[in-house]
Amino acid sequence: MKLIKKVLTAAVATAMSVGAAQAAITDNEVRIGYLADMSGGYRDLAGPNGLEALRMAVEDFGGTVKGNKITIVSADDRNSPDVASSTVRQWIESDKVDMVAGLVASSVVIAATKIMAGSDTLGLVNGSAASSITNEHCTPNHIHWTYDTYPLANSTAAAIVDGGGKNWFIVTADYAFGHSLENDVRTVVEAKGGKIVGTVRHPLGTNDFSSYILQAQSSGAQVVGFANAGGDTVNSVITAGEFGLAQSGQTVAALLFFLTDVHALGVKTAQGIQLVTGWYWDKDKEAREWSDRFHQRTKSRPSMVHAGIYSSTLHYLKAVETTGSDKASVVRAEMAKNQVNDMFTKDGYIREDGRMVHDMYLAQVKTPAESKNAWDLYKIIRTIPADGAFRPLSESKCSLVKK
Amino acid sequence: MATTETKKIKLSSAQELQQAVKRRRIMIYTALLAVALVAPFLAYPVFLMKILCFALFACAFNLVLGYTGLLSFGHAAFLATGGYFTGYLLSQHAVTPEVGILVGTLAAIILGTFFGLLSIRRQGIYFAMITLALAQLVFFFYLQADFTGGEDGMQGVPRGYLFGFIDLENNLSMYYFVLAVFLLGFMLIQRTIHSPFGQVLKAIRENEPRATSLGYNVDAYKLVAFVISAGLAGLAGSTKTVIFQLASLNDAHWHMSGEVILMTLVGGVGTLVGPIVGATFVLTLTHQLAQSALGDWVNVILGVVFVACVMAFRAGIVGEIQKFAKKNFK
Repeated sequence: MKLIKKVLTAAVATAMSVGAAQAAITDNEVRIGYLADMSGGYRDLAGPNGLEALRMAVEDFGGTVKGNKITIVSADDRNSPDVASSTVRQWIESDKVDMVAGLVASSVVIAATKIMAGSDTLGLVNGSAASSITNEHCTPNHIHWTYDTYPLANSTAAAIVDGGGKNWFIVTADYAFGHSLENDVRTVVEAKGGKIVGTVRHPLGTNDFSSYILQAQSSGAQVVGFANAGGDTVNSVITAGEFGLAQSGQTVAALLFFLTDVHALGVKTAQGIQLVTGWYWDKDKEAREWSDRFHQRTKSRPSMVHAGIYSSTLHYLKAVETTGSDKASVVRAEMAKNQVNDMFTKDGYIREDGRMVHDMYLAQVKTPAESKNAWDLYKIIRTIPADGAFRPLSESKCSLVKK
Repeated sequence: MATTETKKIKLSSAQELQQAVKRRRIMIYTALLAVALVAPFLAYPVFLMKILCFALFACAFNLVLGYTGLLSFGHAAFLATGGYFTGYLLSQHAVTPEVGILVGTLAAIILGTFFGLLSIRRQGIYFAMITLALAQLVFFFYLQADFTGGEDGMQGVPRGYLFGFIDLENNLSMYYFVLAVFLLGFMLIQRTIHSPFGQVLKAIRENEPRATSLGYNVDAYKLVAFVISAGLAGLAGSTKTVIFQLASLNDAHWHMSGEVILMTLVGGVGTLVGPIVGATFVLTLTHQLAQSALGDWVNVILGVVFVACVMAFRAGIVGEIQKFAKKNFK
């Protein structure tokens, strides 16, 4: 009898302490997991430098939240959803990780967020491009911060048509992702009175783009758009550079192209390409100051993903401090209550589908004559205001959006 | 008189030796099984399940490479086919997991028969290239097909209730289910290899023209071995989908076909336990490296291991241990 009583008391005590802990920081530690590609094709985009950006955010915040230590663990996702799924599961179940940052390849992100849904862990998606992450795959447990394909396709196309580029030729990667980019561009171009004069589809992972680029060149279109990603875009751009598309008067638009890609290719090859970016290190004084600190630590300039990781982590930690809790639902609500004002953006806000809405920028790669150093790569042509940049909620398929 | 006596003695000592080997084998299996049974209390169950799946995949692969002498470079296609079919049935038609896994395996068997019929009459590099080409066709089909979710993969597959009443959301029950599936597959391979059928396969591996001259229909034997292997690879893929609740293009990519070759070679090609050891070794190494500061080096380290294996330890971990044991404890 005595034993049963003891056990019961212990059980009640535990239950009560769990109840009390709900509004507090669990284990007296805020644990952040950084999951990204550290060894594959997206290494430059996020990778080890993203982890450095995360560390900067934690250090700038002071290393503690209300006396609770902030710890960071990291893992390589190897661009495999299996690895992402088992790592995130282990982080949640065994290591009690409170927030997962990084998150690059779309298959990895969707796998990780499905695991996080329903747990107390929050995901801050920075690396991924897929707009489906806050559309059909939205969950209450993640926020998509830096950019997605919706503005990349729509704003790039709209801005270029407005600038006089009416006739388009599109080189499309032949799978669902490429098709949807192509459709987005077609809709915008035709709505604005432009014309698609031709398209050509290439398989994923093509090495030789000459025949596609020659078709684009001989089509006489004013604008050549690349509706592909990763290595395919890089190869298209190299081939376009070799055949001198920009020099022969055609505008080249890459729909998914990053600062680190341009840096790797050099301005000679990539010059004149128009693209949309969520952030540029040289865009204003605050961005430059932060980039200088980043540069001191990593010897490279931050991509928009690195900046997004820093900005989102800082915003997260502020919310943890205000609420005194590291529970996903509580922090998520607090984050949505406050606007984002930092080196990344001004007056950014988080929508109910988990999309962080902020200004985007149409940029053009500088020519070798204009570029002053290895990282002086873009000129910002115009700002795309936040409200028109992302997919409107009225078109959303997200179950969290009330209609 | 004296000669028959010695013959008898020799025979009985040979029998004894065989029995001793058998006893040792049973001891090893029992020890391994005991480890497998308590493992989920010592290590993270999801990771162990992953090891079991890949171990089954590597064992299936080993059946064609190690025991029939066929280097298939297209086994990823079977893994992915099993995974996608199971995933589709579980998420779209709400069947119970065992039905999903059975159908997934069946799909891989059908695909394997088709692959086998087309490729089995060629040897060596030609066989490898044909299987690779067919697997690439399958990869691009899955990339473009609507039901697979393309490069995003098939996500959020429910684990469901085994036989309608065992909740697989529980990692522990999931683990023992996967262990049972693995043991079933392993037993099938063990029986295949030690059967007269398996002896013929080994004969084909050693000298194919000779096996033909002895009157065996070599192509038929190879085809059956290939189909069994494909089916088991499909079984591994199906089970993997239930564990991770997703099926992705990574499984269909030729990297996966390469990874299983690495696992089999490192563990010991042509040994029963080798692929299991190889899968455990490769997965543990990548898992540990991925979470350590050496994360960026994982591909380089795997490459070095592969080269070291090919240059110095041709027989793989288990193969080298067997060689060592033969030399010293005979």
